[in-house]
Parts: sequence; structure tokens; C-alpha cells
Amino acid sequence: MTNVATNNEQLLRDFILENYLFTDDQSKLNNADSFLDTGILDSMGILELIYFLDEELSIKVEPNEMIPTNLDSINNLLAFIEKKQA
Amino acid sequence: MTTNSYGLDPVLAIDFDQEVEKITQQMRHILSRDLHRRGFVIAMSGGIDSSVCAALAVKALGVKKVFGLLMPEQDSSANSENLGALLAEHLGIEYTVDNIAPTLDAIGCYQWRDDAIRQVFPEYTDEWKNKIVIAGGLDGQINHYKIVVENPDGERFEEVLPLKAYLTVVAATNHKQRIRKTLEYFHADRLNYAVIGTPNRLEYDQGFFVKNGDGSADIKPIAHLYKSQVYAMAKHLGLPDPICNSTPTTDTYSLEQGQDEFYFALPYQKMDIAVWCLNNGKSEAELAEKIGCTPEQAKFVYHDIVSKRRTTDYLHKKAVLIEDVDLSI
Repeated sequence: MTNVATNNEQLLRDFILENYLFTDDQSKLNNADSFLDTGILDSMGILELIYFLDEELSIKVEPNEMIPTNLDSINNLLAFIEKKQA
Repeated sequence: MTTNSYGLDPVLAIDFDQEVEKITQQMRHILSRDLHRRGFVIAMSGGIDSSVCAALAVKALGVKKVFGLLMPEQDSSANSENLGALLAEHLGIEYTVDNIAPTLDAIGCYQWRDDAIRQVFPEYTDEWKNKIVIAGGLDGQINHYKIVVENPDGERFEEVLPLKAYLTVVAATNHKQRIRKTLEYFHADRLNYAVIGTPNRLEYDQGFFVKNGDGSADIKPIAHLYKSQVYAMAKHLGLPDPICNSTPTTDTYSLEQGQDEFYFALPYQKMDIAVWCLNNGKSEAELAEKIGCTPEQAKFVYHDIVSKRRTTDYLHKKAVLIEDVDLSI
């Protein structure tokens, strides 16, 4: 994993842990956990996440990209970001 | 089935005489035994749900124990007020008209909303009209929202709403439902009556209400009835044709806005069937056949229903306590 990807991973994990789980305990979130299925985020939470991607990483998510495959876990997000930044 | 099914899909057909009897009996029982109040207050929007609830309240208690409220504001349609008055006259109940626009203006409802819209359309003024539309769910996307505005020349523009602007527009317009509820409870307190909430099953199931706004009530007599059943009930109860034939709207935004474009993925007839199919364990293929779509779209519809249940779960919740508090009498 490159440094950029590692930084993104930590940035995203911290964002989820701090804003949705209210903890800094890294063990509370697995990178493969589905945000929707585990109830960590609902669809409004995903919209907040999209806002965060725009603000922090300048990644604009187009409507046709707003699908769970792109946004529903840390792993999915990292793959999506990599694709967008390629 | 002894009664007319009013064109309902067979899976939604019910015996309406029996249903009216069951609901009105329960309304009397709940009022007497659970709520200990002397009558009902009902806000009448002119829409099908509040009209049926008002008619059921009159059937349950008679005209003298039901008080109606019509609460127009600057964005509600004049037709809504006319239909509300038509129904009140038809039922013969006492009612009052209270325009809430000055109250909404005083607490900044329109100002906050318009300022948020100007984040996307800087030229927007109060002479323009607006509405919010939902997008995405039917295509398997996360639901997101667009703002549609129309200038005084009738030109329309549409943009995806940034999250903060969307939340502010919704928060501002939620004042409308909450101010109405404040007035409903004023009259309920004054008369020692209970407040009727008017969601149908689709609205209740999918969380299509404002917490502490139209979601707040003492009794919800039709929350178990699908929207199509409520339309059929209106006919069964002999309500005036303009009410029975009305199209469901939000009546909250200044541009005409159907409930399906604001919130539900499909028109109510299909949403009813979709929710019924999901509740009764029907496969995506069976739903697809019933509503005339592809199995993939049916999958998205099921997903959307579950997603809305999840997102709006908190709207149904009372304040959550840290531990149980014993209130036994």
C-alpha cells in the first residue's frame, strides 16, 4: 500500500470512528464492515461521507457513483478513491 | 368479501364495513381507556388521509366531539384549504381556519429556506418557486436530493443539493408541520381533546413524517392501512368526489410536488404492493411481475424500502432513557 493510500485509510477510519461511533478505539471498525448492513451509517450518513470526500480529498462523487459498491466500507472507499485519483 | 373492493388489488382488498366498525370502536376505547380525553382534534389538509381520519372520528364520536383545523400558509395550495373546508362542511363539524404564514415568517422559516437555496441558485428570490425531489433509489444508488426552482418567467432549473443546504431546507420547512402541531395541541388542551395523527401505512412504514410535527399525535387510526385502502375507504365513507379523486402531494413546497417525487420511489399504488410483497415474503421476481418492472429494479425497490426504514427508525423513537424508570400505578 502506498503512503497516500495508507493516509487515506487512516483519514477515513478516523472520520468514521470519530463521527459515527464516537470512539478512537481502532478495534471497533473493520475495513471490510458494510456501513449500511452493520448500521454504522444510514443513507444520510453516506451523504455526509460524500460531503467529507469532497471537502477533505476534493473527490466529487457523481450521482451514478453513489452506489454501495463504492461507498459502503473502508475497503470499498479506498478502491473507489484509487480509481478516482488514477 | 361482502363489500365492494373499489378496484383494489386483491391482496389489499378488505371488508370496509368491518374495518370501519373495528377502527371506530378502537378509537372510542383508546380515547376512553388510554387517553382519557373527551373528543378529537384533527388538522385537515384536504388530502385523503386527514379526510378519512376526520370522517372516522365523526363516525366514532359524532359531530359534536370533533374539532377541525385548517392551517394554510403561503406555499400551500388554495385548493387544499377549499377541500378542507368542503370536508368540514360535509361532515358538519366545528372548525377554524388559522393561517400560519405570519408565525412561520416570524421564526425565520422562509428566510432560512431561501438563504439555503441561494447557496445553489444565488439569483433566487421570494418571487421564485421551489421544490425538492429525490433521486437514486430506483437506480440502486444512495438516495440524494435535488432542488428544482422556477423563476417568475416560468423557467425551471435543477441542481443536486449539497448536504448542508438540503438539511437546512428540510429543517426550515419542517417548521410548517411543527407549528401546525403546536396549534393542534393548543386546541386539544383547551377542549380536553386528543390529537389525531393521520399517517397511512406507507407513510408510517417509510418514515414520511416530521418528528414532533405531523408524526406527533395521541392516536393514529389509519397507520395500518395502505394508501390504496385509504382511498377506497374514502369512497366507502361517501366523502366528496374532489377529495376521493385528489392526487397525493406534500403541499409543503411552492412548486407542485407529488409525494412520489419527494420521497417514495414509486407512485403509491405500486409502493403499496411493494411494501405488501416485502412484508409477505414475496420474491423480487414476484414483485417485478406484479408492478411491471425488471427483477433488478424490484431488488432496488426492496432495498430502498429497507433503507428508508433504517434511516427513519429514529423518527419513531421516544426519547431513549439510560435505564428503565418504573411508572407503575
